[in-house]
Amino acid sequence: MIELDNVTFKWHKNDAKPTLNIPTLRIDKGEHIFLHGPSGVGKSTLLALLAGINTPSSGNIRILNRDLNTLSNTQRDVFRAENIGYIFQNFNLLPYLTPIENVTLGCEFSKSRKQKALQQTAEPKPSLQNEAIRLLTALGLSESYHSKDVASLSIGQQQRVAAARAFIGSPELIIADEPTSALDTANRENFIKLLFEQAKRANSTLVFVSHDETLKPLFNRAISLVSLQEQL
Amino acid sequence: MILTKLAYKSLLNRRASVLLTLFTIAISVMLLLSIERIRVDAKTSFSNTISGTDLIVGARTGDIQLLLSSVFRIGYANNGVSWQSYQYIAAQRGVKWSIPISLGDSHKGQAVLGTSRDYFTHYRFGKKQTLSFQQGHAFEHLNQVVLGSDVASRLGYTLGDNIVISHGMGNTSFHHHKDNPFTVIGILNATGTPVDKTLHIPLAAIDLIHGGSHSANNEHDEHNNLIGEPSQITAFLMGFDSPLYTLQIRRNINQYKKEPLLAIMPTVTLKELWQMLAIVEKVLLLFSGVVILVSLLGMLTTLLANLNQRRRELAILRSVGARPWQLFTLISMESLFTTLLGCLVGCGLYYGVMLISSSYLQSHAGISVNIAMLSYYELTLIGVIMAAGFIIGLIPATRAYFYSLSDGMSIKT
Repeated sequence: MIELDNVTFKWHKNDAKPTLNIPTLRIDKGEHIFLHGPSGVGKSTLLALLAGINTPSSGNIRILNRDLNTLSNTQRDVFRAENIGYIFQNFNLLPYLTPIENVTLGCEFSKSRKQKALQQTAEPKPSLQNEAIRLLTALGLSESYHSKDVASLSIGQQQRVAAARAFIGSPELIIADEPTSALDTANRENFIKLLFEQAKRANSTLVFVSHDETLKPLFNRAISLVSLQEQL
Repeated sequence: MILTKLAYKSLLNRRASVLLTLFTIAISVMLLLSIERIRVDAKTSFSNTISGTDLIVGARTGDIQLLLSSVFRIGYANNGVSWQSYQYIAAQRGVKWSIPISLGDSHKGQAVLGTSRDYFTHYRFGKKQTLSFQQGHAFEHLNQVVLGSDVASRLGYTLGDNIVISHGMGNTSFHHHKDNPFTVIGILNATGTPVDKTLHIPLAAIDLIHGGSHSANNEHDEHNNLIGEPSQITAFLMGFDSPLYTLQIRRNINQYKKEPLLAIMPTVTLKELWQMLAIVEKVLLLFSGVVILVSLLGMLTTLLANLNQRRRELAILRSVGARPWQLFTLISMESLFTTLLGCLVGCGLYYGVMLISSSYLQSHAGISVNIAMLSYYELTLIGVIMAAGFIIGLIPATRAYFYSLSDGMSIKT
């Protein structure tokens, strides 16, 4: 599913030390990975590489048997839109769209995501709208909020919208970048369980990033970014 | 489809700044159209002031000065034409009609014109239209006056009212001819020319108010005296049997030995006059061009400033799968939409302003504004503005195209 070999990343060509240096990393399909490490160790950088937002300075990244290095910018855009759902730390919702519109947005730009999203809903009839409602409800946002102004939602509610947007159209890979940092412990665990449920249903691989190691026991595998880089 | 929806919702979200931009464009479009329309209509009104007159003859002065004083009642003719010369020239072969005019008096700031009854049959304006009466008829007695439509409506005169004419121009003449009141006998229809602002009295009555001794109530010889034999007149208008005579007669008059006279062809002199005013015309056009330029630059500033604030919004769109060209389309669509709506609102404002101001322009500036569909020229102007707005919108759109995804994602708020 995800294969990294000798990947290094420098923000600038002339930097003496790379920001990130990963000799090897393997993640299998359907795994729920907890990726942890203190701030500044390069978590967000790694995620940007996985999502194809940035490309490595050296080494290879293969996701779904596609070599990201060989893809053009446009091809990476298409690849990302079709295969990766990304939950941002700050959610990145569009304030002028309703929760439902935010969730379905990705399907408007990717035909395959749209098709898969339509396959997910059988009743009452397949529509992006209904799939968005199903996901939002499943992730714990009650229906009275589905057409409200996004800006009027609480942090916890916005986070559920962001998660639903990542899950729609069942992408192969879900990347979650510290989505729980603004929640209290009880809500955190609850939210992560809902994420697991949806990841299972969609058969997606989940890479969850956090600096909060108390969440570690919830996942079936944990990777420390610090020790990953010390393998050398 | 989704882009249209996003553009619409995004614009709605930023409606305050979008509305401001839109109104800047709307107001500049309105200004441009209004200035253009007034310019074109002023030119038409101007060249329609007099028509069908082949020659205007007055004392020797400048061509334009003679035209201004005899047709526009602007300025003052220093000298006159002697009655004998007028009689002599008007009696020449080929002269179809002639109208003597005598200016220099006023009533409450409106010009008073002494003339003959021929004025009402031979004077033409616009497309060779003759004067027509709204009420009443031409004067038949020495103490009767025919009013232009503006004079009647502005001063509130109706048929039968008595009017006192003062000597000299202006409102504040000291010397009022209280002993010679005139009775309103006719009111002319509006012409959109200086005729509307003129009081017409019999030529002989001019001499009378200038201290002539015989009484206006002198019934027995009034028919002769209606024109009378004044010592001199300001100018006279002539029409010929054939316009071919014009040049020859003009040369003869200009070389007339007994008195220094000047004959002008009103159409030619009108054109010369308009060419002098063309600078004003060009300045107006320049101004409206600058207004448009400023408003488009304003739009560019707003768009670029907005773009900085919207980097995150654009990055979000990229992160959910929008391609760079889709962002490019989104931004240029927004500016095109703003310009389009600005132009539409501008046209609306323009018609509003024209409806409100047309009667003012007619009565105060003598410009009859033609409220009609936008002309081909005006549509071209709007097209140019739209094109300029679209091209300016391409600048922020191009910048949006090159925003990289990681740029926008690193903004944390």
